[in-house]
Amino acid sequence: MPLTSLDATWARKWASLSADAMIAAKDELTELDRQIGDGDHGINMERGFTVLGQKVQADADPGETVGAVLKLVAATLMSTVGGAAGPLYGTAFLRASRVSDLSVLHTADLVTALQAAVEGIQVRGHAKPGEKTMVDAWDAAVSAAVAVVEDNPEATVVDVLTVAADAADAGAEATVPLVATKGRASYLGERSAGHMDPGARSSAIILRMALEAAQS
Amino acid sequence: MKKFINTAERAAQDSLAGFAMAHPHQVTVHNLTEGPTFITRNDVPVAGKVAVVSGGGTGHDPLHNGFVGPGMLDAAVPGPTFTSPTPDQIFEAIRAVDSGCGVLLIVKNYTGDVLNFEVAAELAEMEGITTSTVLVADDVAVENSTHTVGRRGVAGTLLVEKIAGAAAERGDDLAAVTAIAQRVSDNIRSMGVALEGSIVAAIGKPGIELDHDEAEIGIGIHGEPGRRRVPMTTAAEITAMLVEPVLEDMPLSSDDDVFLLVNGMGATPLGELYIVFGEAKPLIEATGATVKRSLVGSYVTSLNMQGVSVTTLKLDNEMINLWDAPVHTPALTW
Repeated sequence: MPLTSLDATWARKWASLSADAMIAAKDELTELDRQIGDGDHGINMERGFTVLGQKVQADADPGETVGAVLKLVAATLMSTVGGAAGPLYGTAFLRASRVSDLSVLHTADLVTALQAAVEGIQVRGHAKPGEKTMVDAWDAAVSAAVAVVEDNPEATVVDVLTVAADAADAGAEATVPLVATKGRASYLGERSAGHMDPGARSSAIILRMALEAAQS
Repeated sequence: MKKFINTAERAAQDSLAGFAMAHPHQVTVHNLTEGPTFITRNDVPVAGKVAVVSGGGTGHDPLHNGFVGPGMLDAAVPGPTFTSPTPDQIFEAIRAVDSGCGVLLIVKNYTGDVLNFEVAAELAEMEGITTSTVLVADDVAVENSTHTVGRRGVAGTLLVEKIAGAAAERGDDLAAVTAIAQRVSDNIRSMGVALEGSIVAAIGKPGIELDHDEAEIGIGIHGEPGRRRVPMTTAAEITAMLVEPVLEDMPLSSDDDVFLLVNGMGATPLGELYIVFGEAKPLIEATGATVKRSLVGSYVTSLNMQGVSVTTLKLDNEMINLWDAPVHTPALTW
């Protein structure tokens, strides 16, 4: 029986699985960032997500909203990750928390929360799709989420998270040939082509864990 | 990798602990082990004075911590190695130093620093604290175009911090301190070179690998690759490769007074920095300009990078007076 809605327990599980996955991906992210940035993305994400993993270990409080958990995630990442990723992920989760102050998210709420997240990243980072940043993963995910709901009004939250996770992977992959015009990779100009953007990769991991949290 | 560290994880914190122990009469390190870490001069908030705050990743000592004190910064906010500090740290520093006259934030132009300071400024505004921000983007190695995030802030940051700090100390209001800081920022140009890259302890290998007979022209202070790699040659030729793009970007003429800063990147002997200064000054004065003030030393470093940068600032009389004004910090004192 697939889930038809997402609650605070899912949100905590999402944060917890993301923490485990991010810690496991530290070396991969560091190596990606060494190619086109300054090599600190893996270290920064591991630092922040380690704290996050500890903070969300407790069970959801009775009556806790999804938004409350996302707000905790936002505050934690904002104050622990550093670099550009801290405020960007912090803003994404903060914006998502404001539109999901509900005990459960149904399909439409989930899509709204994802849209709010990507808008937050774009506003904070002054970036748009195609500039070889994390926006490329998030934008692909949100576009896919919106499309699946338009195609199938019966789409479940798991359907939405499935297409979002797959599209985020593809979006991250699609950053490989791009030339960076934002972030530290932009200093390389043409030489930034041929490498995946590390922020897009970490974003794809987070969106994949949102699906796994709903499936487990 | 050989470094004077205990563990890679604790290197930044251990260094800050030692800094606090070494300069207790000048600075206070707040929340060293737990909570939002920042450094202030001992007498903050200073009544009736605009506060000046800067910060950024650790690894560029003495920037910024060593420039905290009367006549320069009220607070510095250190991030992890080569990583921006977080908004809560910056916000707490702003709150600690604001006397009600407002706070100038001096931010090196890197995406991470800009975003974290931007969020902190929003938090401060919500608390009723007025802030203004001046970005430093003096590295001419980065082509300035609308398609990039713009130039990096490098060694010229020190000049912005000193001159803005002196303006705040003499009692200028926030608008005036901001204006002079912006004027300095607009008139500085820098270019660096590395013979060997820097090694972040937690990574263990250099961000950029250079052969024994190569130099990277246009290196960034985090080991970002430069414009080109050249065969190693004499100090005279290397210096010319730094001065030329600086002069190309901000031409000088016989009416101009100039500040010349020759800055070591961490592992360059002072004696070699003086050799570079000796080559740079005549090249600059060949334009007809006069080098009125100068500084030679390792002030904006990149861990153990062996390298040097040349910075020019086109001076006006007010800048000269503010540069000459007294300063009492761990790294600059007169």
